[in-house]
Amino acid sequence: MLNQDHPKLTLTVMVLLAVLPPVLYLSGQTFYMDLAIRLVILAMVAVSLSLILGYGGLVSFGHAAFVGLGAYCVGIPAHHAIYGGLESLGLATLSGWVHFPLAIVVCGLFAFITGLVCLKTKGVYFIMITMAFAQMVYYAIVSIKTYGGDDGLTINSRSEFPGISLDNPLQLFALCYTVLVLTMLLVRMIVRSRFGMVLQGAKGNNERMVTLGYNTYRYQLIAYVISGMLAGLAGALLGNFTTFISPEMMDWTRSGEFMFMVILGGLATTIGPVLGAVVFIVVEEILSKITIYWQLPFGVLLILVVLYSKGGLIGMMTSLRKSKSKETA
Amino acid sequence: MDFSLLIVQVLNGLQLGLLLFLVASGLTLVFGILDFVNLAHASLYMVGAMICASLTIALNSFVLAVLIALPLTALVGWGIERFIARRLYGRDHLDHVLATFGLILVLGTIAHLIWGPKGISVPLPNVLRGQVALSETVVLPTYRLVIIGTGLAAAAFLFWLVNYTRLGMLIRAGASNRAMVAALGINIERLFSFVFALGAVLAGLAGMLIAPITEASLGMGNSIIITSFVVIIVGGIGSMKGAFVAAMLIGLIDTLGRAFLDDFFKLFMSVNAAENSAPALSAMLIYLIMAVVLAVKPKGLFPPKVR
Amino acid sequence: MSEVILETRHLMKSFGGIRATDDLNLAVHKGELHAVIGPNGAGKTTLITQLCGTQLPDSGQVLLRGKDITQVPAHRRAHMGMTRSYQITSLILDMSVLDNVALAAQAHMGSSYRFFRPAAQDRPVRDWAKACLDKVGLADKAHQLTRELSHGEHRHIEIAIALASKAELMLLDEPMAGLGVEESRAMVRLLQEIKGQHTIVLIEHDMDAVFALADRISVLVYGHIIATGSPAEIRGNDEVQAAYLGEESTAV
Repeated sequence: MLNQDHPKLTLTVMVLLAVLPPVLYLSGQTFYMDLAIRLVILAMVAVSLSLILGYGGLVSFGHAAFVGLGAYCVGIPAHHAIYGGLESLGLATLSGWVHFPLAIVVCGLFAFITGLVCLKTKGVYFIMITMAFAQMVYYAIVSIKTYGGDDGLTINSRSEFPGISLDNPLQLFALCYTVLVLTMLLVRMIVRSRFGMVLQGAKGNNERMVTLGYNTYRYQLIAYVISGMLAGLAGALLGNFTTFISPEMMDWTRSGEFMFMVILGGLATTIGPVLGAVVFIVVEEILSKITIYWQLPFGVLLILVVLYSKGGLIGMMTSLRKSKSKETA
Repeated sequence: MDFSLLIVQVLNGLQLGLLLFLVASGLTLVFGILDFVNLAHASLYMVGAMICASLTIALNSFVLAVLIALPLTALVGWGIERFIARRLYGRDHLDHVLATFGLILVLGTIAHLIWGPKGISVPLPNVLRGQVALSETVVLPTYRLVIIGTGLAAAAFLFWLVNYTRLGMLIRAGASNRAMVAALGINIERLFSFVFALGAVLAGLAGMLIAPITEASLGMGNSIIITSFVVIIVGGIGSMKGAFVAAMLIGLIDTLGRAFLDDFFKLFMSVNAAENSAPALSAMLIYLIMAVVLAVKPKGLFPPKVR
Repeated sequence: MSEVILETRHLMKSFGGIRATDDLNLAVHKGELHAVIGPNGAGKTTLITQLCGTQLPDSGQVLLRGKDITQVPAHRRAHMGMTRSYQITSLILDMSVLDNVALAAQAHMGSSYRFFRPAAQDRPVRDWAKACLDKVGLADKAHQLTRELSHGEHRHIEIAIALASKAELMLLDEPMAGLGVEESRAMVRLLQEIKGQHTIVLIEHDMDAVFALADRISVLVYGHIIATGSPAEIRGNDEVQAAYLGEESTAV
């Protein structure tokens, strides 16, 4: 089985993640709560991307589009709830029960339609097409002036759920953390199922899988849709957190960052994407405190890691996995 | 419909198409022959424009600046190939993507350090500032005609290079069978350096040409990179002919779409609906075209023959 | 033994200017081991890809049990009792040996659109996969990472995969590729064991193996079958001698 648990590491990270931020928040250090919420949401996106990138071998450079779409599925109904319009569709509302399912459905649909086209291509074509579709969404949203266009959309209140108030950072964190855990468990379950085996087989040798009798296109499409829906859900949470929904969320460079997180953390492990998100955010935070030109050492770091770690990041990951599996085998 | 407006927009579309071709040709050459995915290609577009902008102001001559900036951009391209790309040949494309993604960040910040966050206006010499009247109603800025002329000249040069020179033969052979070219004893390293530098020059030239109109700025590469990917995907990765056809197609469709889609919609929609939906749809138009082309021809319109 | 289970009629396939398959007519009888031999570049692998469906011919027909399957996509042919092995080992190296065989088995044991239960606990599939590994002598290495096994063991796994798919018709593309003398003998013994229960199309270079195993042999030269017959008939055929066996016997 390819998916590795690393139970001790996973448990440690997840427990720290569950406990530290609330403790720090309650003791007055509120800054870390913001960081933690953002971290948890980005980790969720990385987990969703790991399904198709790590296990499916599908290098999608357009994942940020789902995140942005999910966020707009919160922003647009919220906007109409205040300014009117779209009542007939039931979309002028602040209710979370509309926002979140809407995010999942819209992203699922977008993933399905674009996946139909993208998955007919391979390799670098696939990379470029996913990038192109994401940029298409970006430009489409930017051109809709009612929703702020370039300037983005600000919402005044977060999604409403009966009994909870997402304006309370602790409750928002609890919701995000819970969804992260559920996402991780879902991806882990899928990856270990029959479906997951076929997906991973297709990553290893697509033609082989076809001659074994699997219509790999369908399996990959389903994985792509699930991945998109999960990223959309994360986007809805992100929109709630930032309360400022901008097309920048969908920029293709965002997709590159998510990819970096997944690859850095380890391609086929349960905790990997979370670790990748942690490293990314910590590095970004530290570097951006030192200089506004933080992207320079970050970019250099990225280049050096790719150039000099044996076989690139992918190779580094496979050799790490090889040595770990020698221990566990 | 206003006929002269149509002519103007068609010429604008041609201009965009030619600029896209300049950028895409470099990208497709590098990918087709070096099998290298260069996400940072548009950064060369930006770097070329910025170098040219600074030189124009320093030397007080746009034309001179272009002439000096071109080899300088080639040098930057050469450097990238020598120190980064060369170490990644044969590796997984994902490694190329990640490394050049890092390169975009690096080049972007270096440019920020050198030129600051604001864009630079590039003044044109008086000779190029006027207008040309093609007819009573069709009046074009002279400079636009210069861009179109330069673009066509560059395209013609590339056509000659690829089809009528020994170097071009190597390029075409390399696009379909790299191993064979190496086996023939050709100095692959020098060929690759040249192709990469050529690609950089073409991208830089495009940036320099557009800068006087839109201003040379750090973010100018962002919009063109994805569009150039669309061009080479639609044209067929590795094909010059494909890049040209696709670039012209996309340049025209994008420009005409943005200009006339709302009018077209008004023919069968309410004015309100047309004005709300047209901008979004015209923004999506070229991607929809890409999707349609790929559905019918997954390797683009003119993919180079089997490797 | 004379029912024709697999047939090609006037199969044609060109790549650019090269005719890889040139009016190829082949008939394979049920239950036989039918070897296809020929010089390098004769188009043997192209034949296999057109038989299993990963490539479509330019013209001509492929018939399975009398039914025209020329346009049937590869993944569906696998469910019509056909399986193929690969000349260049095509195993999922990052998975365990058992996983590789289980994937082959899984395709024929219910739907794989199942997301909840772990595949590792799929008893029927795992047991059948282990039985197939046992048949090829690799049951004890079931849980090792495929990458760690030798080339010879990989070739055996390819056979286990063919067995796991429960296919009546097996297309084996040079199972002996890259094997040393002892390993080749072991492979021949294995193929002799499974011979009776399956119809096998065997593409091979190793003449000792071919003459030890084949019921009938077809000779493929420049994409065309120039002769078909029993091993004795083929050995005695002058045209075949000239085109192919002549070179081979001096080499061997």
